[in-house]
Amino acid sequence: AAVRACGGAWRRTWQRGAGGPGPAPRGQHAVACNARGGAVPAGKSGLAPWVPVVGLEIHAQISSNSKLFSGSQVQFAAPPNSLVSFFDASLPGTLPVLNRRCVEAAVMTGLALNCSINKKSLFDRKHYFYADLPAGYQITQQRVPIAVNGSLSYSLCIDNKMSQMVTKTVRIKQIQLEQDSGKSLHDDTRSQTLVDLNRAGVGLMEVVMEPDMCCGEEAAAAVRELQLILQTLGSSQAVMAEGQLRVDANVSVHHPGEPYGVRTEVKNINSIRFLAKAVDYEIQRQIEELEHGGTILNETRAFDSKLGCTVPMRDKEGKQDYRFMPEPNLPPLILYDAKSLPANMNHQQVVNIDWIHERLPDLPSVKRAKLVEQYGILPEHSFTLLNEDGLAEFFENVVKQTQMKPKKVIGWIINDLLSHLKQHSLTVKESPVSSFLLADLLNLLVKKDISSTAAKQVLAELWKGEGKTPLEIVKEKKLGLIQDQKELEQICQAVIDRQENEVITMVLG
Amino acid sequence: AALRGEWMRLQVSAALKEGHVTPTELCQRCLSLIKSTKFLNAYITVAEESALKQAEESEERYRRGQPLGVLDGIPIAVKDNFNTAGIETTCASNMLKGYISPYNATVVQKLLDQGAVLLGKTNLDEFAMGSGSTDGVFGPVRSPWSYSRQYKEKSVPKSHSEDEDSNWVITGGSSGGSAAAVSSFTCFAALGSDTGGSTRNPAAHCGVVGLKPTYGLISRHGLIPLVNSMDVPGILTRCVDDAAVVLGSLAGHDPKDSTTIQDNFKPFQLPNLTDVSKLSIGIPKEYHAPGLSSEILALWSKAADLFKNAGAKVIEVSLPHTRYSIVCYHVLCTAEVASNMARFDGLEYGHRSDINKSTESMYAATRREGFNDVVRGRILSGNYFLLKQNYENYFVKAQKVRRLIANDFAKVFGSGVDILLTPTTLSDAAPYTEFIKEDNRTRSAQDDILTQAANMAGLPAINVPTALSERGLPVGLQFIGRSFQEKQLLTVAKWFEKQVKFPMIQLEEVKRHDHGVFQHQKSASFS
Repeated sequence: AAVRACGGAWRRTWQRGAGGPGPAPRGQHAVACNARGGAVPAGKSGLAPWVPVVGLEIHAQISSNSKLFSGSQVQFAAPPNSLVSFFDASLPGTLPVLNRRCVEAAVMTGLALNCSINKKSLFDRKHYFYADLPAGYQITQQRVPIAVNGSLSYSLCIDNKMSQMVTKTVRIKQIQLEQDSGKSLHDDTRSQTLVDLNRAGVGLMEVVMEPDMCCGEEAAAAVRELQLILQTLGSSQAVMAEGQLRVDANVSVHHPGEPYGVRTEVKNINSIRFLAKAVDYEIQRQIEELEHGGTILNETRAFDSKLGCTVPMRDKEGKQDYRFMPEPNLPPLILYDAKSLPANMNHQQVVNIDWIHERLPDLPSVKRAKLVEQYGILPEHSFTLLNEDGLAEFFENVVKQTQMKPKKVIGWIINDLLSHLKQHSLTVKESPVSSFLLADLLNLLVKKDISSTAAKQVLAELWKGEGKTPLEIVKEKKLGLIQDQKELEQICQAVIDRQENEVITMVLG
Repeated sequence: AALRGEWMRLQVSAALKEGHVTPTELCQRCLSLIKSTKFLNAYITVAEESALKQAEESEERYRRGQPLGVLDGIPIAVKDNFNTAGIETTCASNMLKGYISPYNATVVQKLLDQGAVLLGKTNLDEFAMGSGSTDGVFGPVRSPWSYSRQYKEKSVPKSHSEDEDSNWVITGGSSGGSAAAVSSFTCFAALGSDTGGSTRNPAAHCGVVGLKPTYGLISRHGLIPLVNSMDVPGILTRCVDDAAVVLGSLAGHDPKDSTTIQDNFKPFQLPNLTDVSKLSIGIPKEYHAPGLSSEILALWSKAADLFKNAGAKVIEVSLPHTRYSIVCYHVLCTAEVASNMARFDGLEYGHRSDINKSTESMYAATRREGFNDVVRGRILSGNYFLLKQNYENYFVKAQKVRRLIANDFAKVFGSGVDILLTPTTLSDAAPYTEFIKEDNRTRSAQDDILTQAANMAGLPAINVPTALSERGLPVGLQFIGRSFQEKQLLTVAKWFEKQVKFPMIQLEEVKRHDHGVFQHQKSASFS
């Protein structure tokens, strides 16, 4: 049995003990990951080690003007129930009408994740009673989703060093279109539940990843890459804090060579950092539970970010039977490519996969390769550039406007600009120093008008955002390097003249 | 017959155009007839005020010489499972009692846009689940024929001591209110819905034309669904020509209903067929079903002979899977019902129980109080069929059978048959007291047997009133056509209608109350 290995700092290898059931086959390393770097119990009496298995289900809210099946607007934090159409409130007699933009977003995403796009996909109803699900069912794609069998490559660093990156791949099982639910707000003091249907019916892409990951860090890296891809495509804004990207993790552990263990589903993870924590906690918890002779329940657990642990969710009583059935009000979703596109078809009526494919923007991996190639920067720097929205563009703009070599510019971007922005929790767009100003400053440096130390002083002034140019600051603060021989001599003379005693001492030896 | 011909010429639309009658007069007469026939229980809501206002607007258009078309000023009624903005839409259920929809169903909007005057909402079985119009929360609908001279003369009261009233017969259903409304002259056309025969069955029992168009030809947006994959808005009129006019005003793509066809629909006028010799009429032998009354069987053969004698090719055909349609329908219908009814939880609209211990207990109480036994029973069966462990064995199989049933029709039509001729019902209408001896499920299964296969296959079908039974009650025959071939279907139906000369209902009650002055009301046609 092949065992996936996690690299780097998290790698811990257990050999089967001599007292174990048998020697481990050569070269087979059973591996457990522990992102916290702490000790994973190696097993009482030196038994076999544990292999964690992590799969993800990610709901990405589609960035679109209107909802998946209705004309209501999509907007975050609008007044409660202000974006609700008759269909969203499930008024009797209303019917779903598929939003073309949502289909295109899903096709784009599917293509970007190397999926095969199903030319015919189907919609199904998934039934359950919940206050924020007005129709009593969610329209989803259970039988035939819009995209299947893709993959996502992501990189992570080994030994927590940016200089050692490895690329991994997770298989994408499918992408399905479905409706978002509304929101229930529980008012415990008045024992009331208030329902906001603004979100009800917003388009979601559910991206189902195969259980190809084995620790929190891998999960986090994969989600981060997905997030970048979605944002590059514009198919989702994918801001986790705003619920546009919601990640559920399926976690299990097992011994190498044995079938997968019972898995738990961890929900309520609202940042990438917490994803890594939640997964690692859950792996650890399961191992400890099993080591102590316990069993793992097939249950849904919630991540408590304050306590840093997962707790069982109470709301589900036993297993739900969703009583799936085909959605009778939506005909099969038919997509076309250049070959199958009927000649007399109205363009507004069809979605052409090839057309979308040709117009896909450069994906993050391609952008990174181009940055490395074009500017000769280090691969890890290309990751940093893409990790911040707008940073790569900022970098490129600076490069365009300065004679400084890109390799040097990158240092200023990452060490000075980025760290300052991070310190002050600013986005690149909010930077008080524009690419133009920074280029201006770097040009002074290149021309040796100022020293590197002076440049940092100027930059510190620039952060204040007072509208001064670097040159003005240099003049004001007299930070310029003096290149006139006579002037330098005069300054030296003046210094010597002022320090008569010392000069005499030195001359006398 | 001569009289009927005269009425035909006295077309209401023409009368309106020529100013012989004004829309307001027409509307007022209908409203007063509705009042005098209140005992039929055909209407749940009468929208007197808005109807008169619409009539007034129509009158103004006629005055300016700019009527909107044939339907302008024509009083119509709509089954109470179509949404009507500002007028209560109840589905004859406690669940929606008092519910006022904020929007019009597309078909209602289309009728209003063409100047029709909406008189009110007609009675039905709760959520259209039934075949008698006896199972609604507002009580059963009585067939106007119960009070006709024809029925009274022929049906001998069992005993003199018995209340005369106990002999009244049902309208059939579930669009019984609409059928009764058309048949009692309180409106000129009505909308019904047809899922397994709900338009054609009451049309047959009430002696009116009932058209179930091809699935996808008319928008369902705003029709509160029973079975989405089979529901079609139905048209009830007094003659085939009128049905064609209403069809023309309703058919066509609706962006709000993704299951409507994209192709443009061109309204048509029905030609007067003189030669049927090129027609091939199929007689499906499976429609010779158990329980088919000898009377109807005889009528059916007579009708076949009529075509044969006129030179048409009449051949026996087989639709072998039709006999599975009842069980198949049961599974598919209840499954969709279970799903469609899930939205009635008391949160957004409709009835909400006072029990509020928890959300779940409120749901349960709301649904128990809001739905009748029939609805609850279907929800239970449907959920059972949809359970993961049952889905393959029931739902998927039923879908396969449905495909086989549809294929049967395709084969027959592929073999050159143009139209199928069948009975619409097994017998004439049963007295209410007889009808309620059996439960709703048994009744629906029996009564839909001849009609529901057309829904399974999505085909257009029409009931044409044919003759009176020995008891003096209407009996109709059904024509089933090819998909989207409404024009051919209606043309043949019109020819048949002309041959059989179905008698006009002689309503003593109406006469008694209204002195029989309503020429226009009684004209068979408005177009």
